[in-house]
Amino acid sequence: MARTTKRADVYVFKPVNVGRIILWSLYALILIVVPLIFDSSLSQTLLSQMGIAIIVCLSYNMLLGQGGMLSFGHAVYSGMGAFLAIHTLNRVTDGLALPVSLIPVLGGLASAAVAVVLGWVTTKKAATPFAMITLGVGELVWAMALMFPEFFGGEGGVSGNRVAGSKVFGLTYGPQIQLYYLIAVYTFICTALMYAFTRTPLGRMLNAVRDNPERVEFVGYNTQVVRYIAFVIAAFFAGISGGLAALNFEIVTSEVVSGYRSGAYLLFTFLGGATFFFGPILGGILMVLAFVLLSEFTKAWLLYLGLIFLLMVVYAPGGVASLIMMNLRLAMFGFLRKLWVSYLALFATALVALCGAAAMVEMVYHLQLNLALGPELVFMGASLNAKGLNSWFGAAFVMFTGLGLFELCRRQFVRDWGDIQEDIEKEIKRREAAL
Amino acid sequence: MEFFTISLLNGISYGLLLFMLSSGLTLIFSMMGVLNFAHASFYMLGAYFGYQVTEWLGFWPALVLAPLLVGSLGALFERFVLRRVHKFGHVPELLITFGMSYIILELVQLVWGRSSVDYRVPQALDGPLFTLFGTQFPMYRAFMMAVALAMLVALWLLLTRTRIGLVIQAALTHPEMTEALGHNVPRVFMLVFGGGCALAGLAGVIGGNAFVTEPSMAVSVGGIIFVVVVVGGMGSLAGAFLASLLIGLTQTFAVGLDVSALSTLGSLGVTLTEHTPGYALWKLKLSQVAPILPYLFLVLMLIFRPRGLLGTRED
Repeated sequence: MARTTKRADVYVFKPVNVGRIILWSLYALILIVVPLIFDSSLSQTLLSQMGIAIIVCLSYNMLLGQGGMLSFGHAVYSGMGAFLAIHTLNRVTDGLALPVSLIPVLGGLASAAVAVVLGWVTTKKAATPFAMITLGVGELVWAMALMFPEFFGGEGGVSGNRVAGSKVFGLTYGPQIQLYYLIAVYTFICTALMYAFTRTPLGRMLNAVRDNPERVEFVGYNTQVVRYIAFVIAAFFAGISGGLAALNFEIVTSEVVSGYRSGAYLLFTFLGGATFFFGPILGGILMVLAFVLLSEFTKAWLLYLGLIFLLMVVYAPGGVASLIMMNLRLAMFGFLRKLWVSYLALFATALVALCGAAAMVEMVYHLQLNLALGPELVFMGASLNAKGLNSWFGAAFVMFTGLGLFELCRRQFVRDWGDIQEDIEKEIKRREAAL
Repeated sequence: MEFFTISLLNGISYGLLLFMLSSGLTLIFSMMGVLNFAHASFYMLGAYFGYQVTEWLGFWPALVLAPLLVGSLGALFERFVLRRVHKFGHVPELLITFGMSYIILELVQLVWGRSSVDYRVPQALDGPLFTLFGTQFPMYRAFMMAVALAMLVALWLLLTRTRIGLVIQAALTHPEMTEALGHNVPRVFMLVFGGGCALAGLAGVIGGNAFVTEPSMAVSVGGIIFVVVVVGGMGSLAGAFLASLLIGLTQTFAVGLDVSALSTLGSLGVTLTEHTPGYALWKLKLSQVAPILPYLFLVLMLIFRPRGLLGTRED
């Protein structure tokens, strides 16, 4: 280590960060190209929602991942942004001279203003009390949404029409594809801005406040102020995503400020991975896939989601992003080919166990919800009788066989994994010695 | 007067129920630093177990069995899930209880369906206890209060007069020292977690039939008990007691009062019309505001006394 710092004193070499440029260009390219590949109207809707979800999850991670602030009320800020955006949209329809494409920014500013007020109370505390207070504030706003139907639209919500106002560059945002590209532009800019934020002194201070608040106080910073500023900035981005959502759905109901929504943000940001910057991007994509596709596929999706979340917290607290990074590390040292058989075995046995378990869950749900249609149900092409002993026995047999085999594979895998990590450590030492 | 007395009694019984829930939460929090997000879910489990055991064996066995069941589930959860993430810190611990609340909710819906179940007050306790100013006070409410008070006394005796209570108190403040003296602190944690969950379960058994036993009951009470814990002061049992009663009373009184700022001003001779600025705010009735009062209380508390009513810790 000492040698490298010495070298840095003598000669400062700042190369163009090629990797970063490639990565960001790739990100932009994906945002541009994806709707051309998946061009059905369903996938366009999904992609638009994904863009919105990515922004809100990234903004949530500014609190959770970078500031260590576990918020249960982030939907307040995305929701307030959405409400202000839809009201502004209706003003534009009535003749206010404002291009529709700027409405999300206004939503963001509104959310930031809300956060300036509510955030001061919220950020007075850190860690667990912070979580409880956000929960309380979230409930407060959610209860108020039902009390003021003039602003929140009551049960029916507030609706608008995004084809309004002057048409800048001939864009009406009537077709979904035009709106998608608006969302994509916002997603790219917001991602870039939020990444830039992590590199600012404030962003670094926020990390310090997360890791060691006492020491930060000693250095002379006020931790509450750092948290407060970060909270307001996060609310701003959440508001932008809320504004985009308002344009996308053209209706905003009071559900957008609910604790249920806040919980979803937390869940998916964590699943995506709060320890890496790009984790919430994966989380946002997963969120839309789960809400739209998984909920179509099975009635028990919340149960599966809860279980996946539990397993993730226990075994991979870094989320999907950390799993990817761990395997990337293996690949960099060329050990991935040693493990792919293990992965295949793990995957196959887990699938078997999951099939058995899922069959049983589906049968219980069938008994609970659609018994009127008869005890028969079709699960993955197999016809099951929810009241027959055979089906239950078969499903249990499949599950336990899968579980047993999985455990065998897992033990082998853990051994291999440990060996490989040791090898990597050795390799790193060898390379350091060679320098 | 009639309204006042009945509301007072109802408010106290509701407040005591809240205390049964928040006492477990506070104990778990002050001991392990874990905010049990699934606490209200254990309350719901208690109600559903109470319903099921009542169907099979009757209410009185349910009163004993259901809390024990919930408590052992809680202890198992602590032993096999929560303890695994203890080393990662408090945020993952909170997250895991958060995930658990989803799972419990789904499982309850899986087993008992998505609508409310027919969980009724037992025959022996159905009916009025006494009539006051022409309004009947239900016997079951009195029973709730009695159970809550008995539990309160038992908890206090357990914590101050028994050996295990002393170990718990010691482990609360000095876990390392307690461990060094040869006590199995992780097991104490497990017991406290199980005990807290059992208290929540008991609250569920006696609260489930007084109110409605349905899948949304956990969410509706969950926020309130967090407010109680913060308002009372993090980790203070006495504070939780005070805050429970306070919130129970304010909510009960507010629901019953049909006054708004508009009508009050109206009786003072000031008339406001729809064109007055903030008309939406003026015309709100106190009964409409009732659901947000606890949260408003929380916010005010944080501004003026951040450590809570009886809290000693600032953080």
